[in-house]
Amino acid sequence: MKLSKSPWLLHYDASSCNGCDIEVLAATTPRFDVERFGIINTGNPKHADILVITGGVNNQAKSVVKQIYSQMPEPKVVVAAGICACDGGIFKDCYNIMGGVDKVIPVDVYVPGCAVRPEALIDGVVKALAILDQKRDAMKSHAACEINYDKNSDTKEKNQA
Amino acid sequence: MRDFLWLIMIILYLGLAPVLGVLASGYDRVVTARMQGRQGPPFLQPYYDIMKLFQKEAIVVNWLQTAMVVSFLMFTIFTGCLFFAGGDILLVFFAHSLAEVLLILAACSANSPYSNLGAQREYIQMMAYEPMTLLVAIGFYLVCGSFNVADIIQINMPAIIKLPGFFIGYCFILIIKFRKSPFDLSTSHHAHQEMVKGLTQDISGNVLGIMELGELYENVLLVGILALFFITREPWTWLLAAVCCSVVYFLIILIDNIFPRVKWEVMFKYTWLVTFGFAGSNFLILMMLRR
Amino acid sequence: MNLLLFLILFPFVMALLTFCARNEKLRSLVVMIGCVAIMVADIIFCVQAVRAGAGINPLRWAGSETHVYHIFEHVIIDVELLLFLLIAFLSIKYQKYYCLLLAAAGTFPVLWHDFFGTHVTAPLPAVMIDNLTIIMCLVVGIVGGIICIYAIGYLHDYHHHHTDVANRSWYFQALLFVFIGAMFGLVTADSLSWIFFFWEITSTVSFLLIGYTRSEEAINNSFRALWMNLLGGCGFTVTIIYCARFYNVSNLSHLVRMGGMTSGILIPAAMLSFAALTKSAQMPFCKWLLGAMVAPTPSSALLHSATMVKAGVYLLLRIAPLMTGNVVGLMVTSIGGFTFFAASLLAISASDGKKVLAYSTVSNLGLITACAGVGAAEASWAGILLLIFHAVSKSLMFLGVGSIENATGSRDIEDMHGLIVKMPRMAYIMTVGICGMFLAPFGMLVAKWAALKSYIDSNNVVLVIFLVFGSATTMFYWGKWLGKIFVILHQSETLRDTTPKTAWFSMYTLTGLVIILCMTFPMIGSRIVQPYLRQSFYATISNVISPDDIRVMLMMLIMIAILPVLTEILVRTRKEKTTMSYMAGVNAGDDRHFIDAFGGVRPSYLSNWYMEKWFGEKRILSPMLLCSAVALASFMIVAVAGTLA
Repeated sequence: MKLSKSPWLLHYDASSCNGCDIEVLAATTPRFDVERFGIINTGNPKHADILVITGGVNNQAKSVVKQIYSQMPEPKVVVAAGICACDGGIFKDCYNIMGGVDKVIPVDVYVPGCAVRPEALIDGVVKALAILDQKRDAMKSHAACEINYDKNSDTKEKNQA
Repeated sequence: MRDFLWLIMIILYLGLAPVLGVLASGYDRVVTARMQGRQGPPFLQPYYDIMKLFQKEAIVVNWLQTAMVVSFLMFTIFTGCLFFAGGDILLVFFAHSLAEVLLILAACSANSPYSNLGAQREYIQMMAYEPMTLLVAIGFYLVCGSFNVADIIQINMPAIIKLPGFFIGYCFILIIKFRKSPFDLSTSHHAHQEMVKGLTQDISGNVLGIMELGELYENVLLVGILALFFITREPWTWLLAAVCCSVVYFLIILIDNIFPRVKWEVMFKYTWLVTFGFAGSNFLILMMLRR
Repeated sequence: MNLLLFLILFPFVMALLTFCARNEKLRSLVVMIGCVAIMVADIIFCVQAVRAGAGINPLRWAGSETHVYHIFEHVIIDVELLLFLLIAFLSIKYQKYYCLLLAAAGTFPVLWHDFFGTHVTAPLPAVMIDNLTIIMCLVVGIVGGIICIYAIGYLHDYHHHHTDVANRSWYFQALLFVFIGAMFGLVTADSLSWIFFFWEITSTVSFLLIGYTRSEEAINNSFRALWMNLLGGCGFTVTIIYCARFYNVSNLSHLVRMGGMTSGILIPAAMLSFAALTKSAQMPFCKWLLGAMVAPTPSSALLHSATMVKAGVYLLLRIAPLMTGNVVGLMVTSIGGFTFFAASLLAISASDGKKVLAYSTVSNLGLITACAGVGAAEASWAGILLLIFHAVSKSLMFLGVGSIENATGSRDIEDMHGLIVKMPRMAYIMTVGICGMFLAPFGMLVAKWAALKSYIDSNNVVLVIFLVFGSATTMFYWGKWLGKIFVILHQSETLRDTTPKTAWFSMYTLTGLVIILCMTFPMIGSRIVQPYLRQSFYATISNVISPDDIRVMLMMLIMIAILPVLTEILVRTRKEKTTMSYMAGVNAGDDRHFIDAFGGVRPSYLSNWYMEKWFGEKRILSPMLLCSAVALASFMIVAVAGTLA
C-alpha cells in the first residue's frame, strides 16, 4: 500500500504575515475537503508526514522549525507554502529573516503565491505525496537508512540562538 | 463441542476484529463527512492510515513507551478474547481497565505537557464511565443470574427489555469510549483539540499503529457488549443485535456531530448523572422486582 | 501450649527491654531479635492452631483455667486504673479536660461493675481461638514484626533529618511492642471486658504515638484521636454492663450465638458497632485518622492502617451474624458504604502521599465495614479477604512513602515525579503496592469484586451504587499516583541509596507477600475463611470467585510478570530513534525546560490533577461529616429507642 494514501499534515507558521495561514486553513475547510485525499490536519509533528510551513523563518522560529522537523518520523516531506516560505519574499532582506525555509531544513515542494491559493496548496501537497512514496521506497531499499539521532544537536542549536 | 465453539469465536475475534473495526471507522468518517456536507475520505481510509503508520519509523521519547503500548495491545486482545470466549463480564471490565491504565502510563512516562494533560483527562474519563461499565455487568447478572457471557447469551428474552436504563447509560459512555465527545479529551481524528493529540502526543509511527490496532480491538469488544443487550438463545437475535448495533453506531456519530464542543467537565457531570439517573433507577426497580 | 501467653506477654517484656536500651546499636539488636521471635512464635502458634482445629482454648491448656483467669482479671483492673491515671495526667497537663471526662465515663462504670455489679455465672472461656483470630494474629505478628524492624532504620534517619524533634526512639519502639502485645490480646480475647481492656491500651498507645513529636499540631491531633476513641470505648462500657445485667453474658462469642432474634440485642450490637466505627475511623470520625499522619511513618503503617484500625472491622466481622437484616446492619452498611465513596472522593484532592494513604485506608475500612454490616457469609468472606490484602498492601505503601520521604525529604506525590529514574527499586515496590490496591489480578480488586457480588446478592442497592462510584474514584487517585512514578526523566540520575538495609528487608518481604497473596488467595479463602464462616453463619458458601476466573487472573498475572522482560526485549531489538517530547517546538533539550518568548530557558512543571474545585477538602469534607453524623445519630436512636420502646 502506498504511503500517500494517508498523508497527515502539520502546519507551522514560521513568521508569516498570516495571509498564507488563512489560506492553509481555508484549504482544510469543508469547502475544499482535503480529507478526500485522506489528509488530516494533525497538530502533532510526531504523527505528521507532511510539514507545511508558511513564512520566511525568523531567528526565533528557526530552532522551532528545526525541532519540529526532527520530531517527525521518517519518511517525511516538507512543503514551503507561499513566496516567503520559498525564498523570503518581500521580507527577504530583513535583518532577522533566514530567507526561506530551505535555509533551515530541507524542502521538497515549493508552492509560490502571495498569499498561496488553496488550490495551489492542495496541488503542492499532492505533489509532495509522490515524493513521500519515493522516500518510502528509498527507505525500504536502504534498510539501514540514516536514522542516527544526535541528541545534542538541538541543544547546540539553541545555544547559538 | 462448546469449548470448540469458543475457540472459533476467539479466532474469529482475533482475525475479524481489525477488519470490522476498520470498516466501522471508515463508515464513521464517510458518514461524518456527509453530515458536514463534504465528500469525505475513501471508505477504506482507516485501513490506509493504519498501514501507513506501520510503514513509518517510530520515534520514541523513552525506553518504556513502546513496551507500554505493546502491552496495551496485548491486554486489550486478551480482554476481547475473554469476552468472546464467554468469560466473566466483570473480569472483562477489570482487564479492560488494566489495559487502559497501561496506555495511560505510556503517556505519563513521556514527561511532556500535552501527554500529561491527556493522561490526566483520560483518567477523569475513566472515572466518569467506570461506574456505568460495572453497572452494565451487574445489570446482566440481575437479568440472567450469571456474570458469564456464555450464560448471558442463553437467556429467553432480550436483556434490553429489562435493562433499558442500563442500555441508555451504556450508549452514553460509548460516545466517550469511541473517542467522540468530549472534544478536549479524546484523541480523535478531528483537528479540534486544545491539547493537540493528548494521550497519543508522543506516540508515533508504527508504535502509534500498534495503539490504533489496540483501539480497533477495543471498539469491537465494546460493540460486542452492546450486542449482549439483544442476543438471546434464538439465533435470529444475532441479526437483530447486528442491526441494532449499527443503528446505535449511527446515532453516536450523529450525536458527535450535533454536540462537537462538549468539554470534559460537562462530560464528567453528565456521565455520572446519566449513570445514576437511568442505570441507577433501572437497577433499583430490578432489585425491587427481585425481592 | 503457652505460646499464646508468650505472644501476649513477650511484647510487653520486649517493650521494657527496648525502653531501657538507650544505646542505639544495642536497641536495634534487641528489637530485631524480639521481632524475629514474635514472628516465629506467631507462625508456629497459628500453624498449631489451624492443625488443632477451631474452637481450642489455650487457657485450658495452660493449666488451671480459673486460676489463670483470676490472675488476669486482677492485672486488668490494675492496669486499667493506671491507664486512666495516665490519660488523666496528660489531659490535665495539656488542659484537654473533655478527654478526662470521657476516660472517666469509659473506665469507672466498668470498674464499678467489676467490684459491685452482677457477676456473670459462666465467664469462661475468656479466650477463644478460631480462624478469624488466626488471620488477625498472622496480620498482627507478621506485618507488625516487619514494621518494627523497619522502624529501626527509619527512626535513625528520621531523627537525622528532624533535629527539632527530641530523639526518643526507645520510647517509640517500646510503644510499638506494647501495641503488638495488646493486639494479640485483643484478637484472642473473648471476654468483653478483656477485649475492652486491650482496646483501651491500643487507643492509648495510638494517642501517645501520634503525640510523639510533641509539636502543637501533633498534640492537638493526638487528643482528637484520643477523645474519639474514648467515645467509642464508652460504647463498649455500655455493652459490657448491659450484657451482664440482662443476658448474664460476658463473652463476645456467647453474645453472637444468641443471634439477631433475641429481644434487645440491638442495643449491644449498636453500641459495639459504634465503638468499632470510631476505631475504624468511619465517616463522622475519620478526622482522627487523618490527623494521625503527623506521627512517624512506622506508627502510621502499623497502627493506622495495618492493624489497630482493623480492630474495629474485626469486631464488626465478629458480630456480623447479629446484624443480618436489622437496623444496626443497615447503619453499618450505610456508614461503611458512604465512607468508602466519600473518602475516595476526598483522596482525589490530596497530594500529600500519607494523606492519600490515610483517605484510602478510611475508604477501604469503609468497604470492610459495609461487608460486615451485610451480615451474610459471602460478604464476610469478602470482608476478611479485604482485611488481609489491605493490611499487607497498605503497610507496604506506607513503608515506601516513609523511605521516599527520608531519601528525598518530601512525601508529596508531586515530588515522586520520575521516581522510576531517581529511585528505581523504590519505584517498583511502590508500583506493586499501588497495583495491589486497585488493579485487576491483584488482591484488593479481587476482594472488591467478591464484595460487589455479595452486595448484589443481599439486594443492597445503595451499597452497590456506592461501590461502583467509589471504585471509579479510587482508580483515579491511585492511577494518577502511578502515572507520577512512571515518568521518565531525561538527564536525571539515580539518587544515592540511603535507605537502611532493615527498611529494604521489610519492604521486599511485604512486596513478596503482596504477590504471594495474589496467588494463594483461593486457598486462604477455602481453607481458612470458609471454616470460620461455617462456624459463625452455619452456612457454606459456594466459590465466590469461580476457578475459571482464578485461572484467567493467573494468566493476567503471568502476563504482567513478563512485562519487564518484554520491555527489555523491545529495548534491545527495536533501537528506536529517541527524540525529545513535544512542547510546541520549544523544548530546551531535556523535556524539563522550554524556551520562553524572550529566548530564555525556563523549567516546566507537570502536575497531576487534584480537582480542588470539585472534590477539595474544604468544599466537601464538612458536608459529608455532617451528613454521616446525622445518619449515624439517627440510626443509633432508632436502634436503641426502637428496642426500648
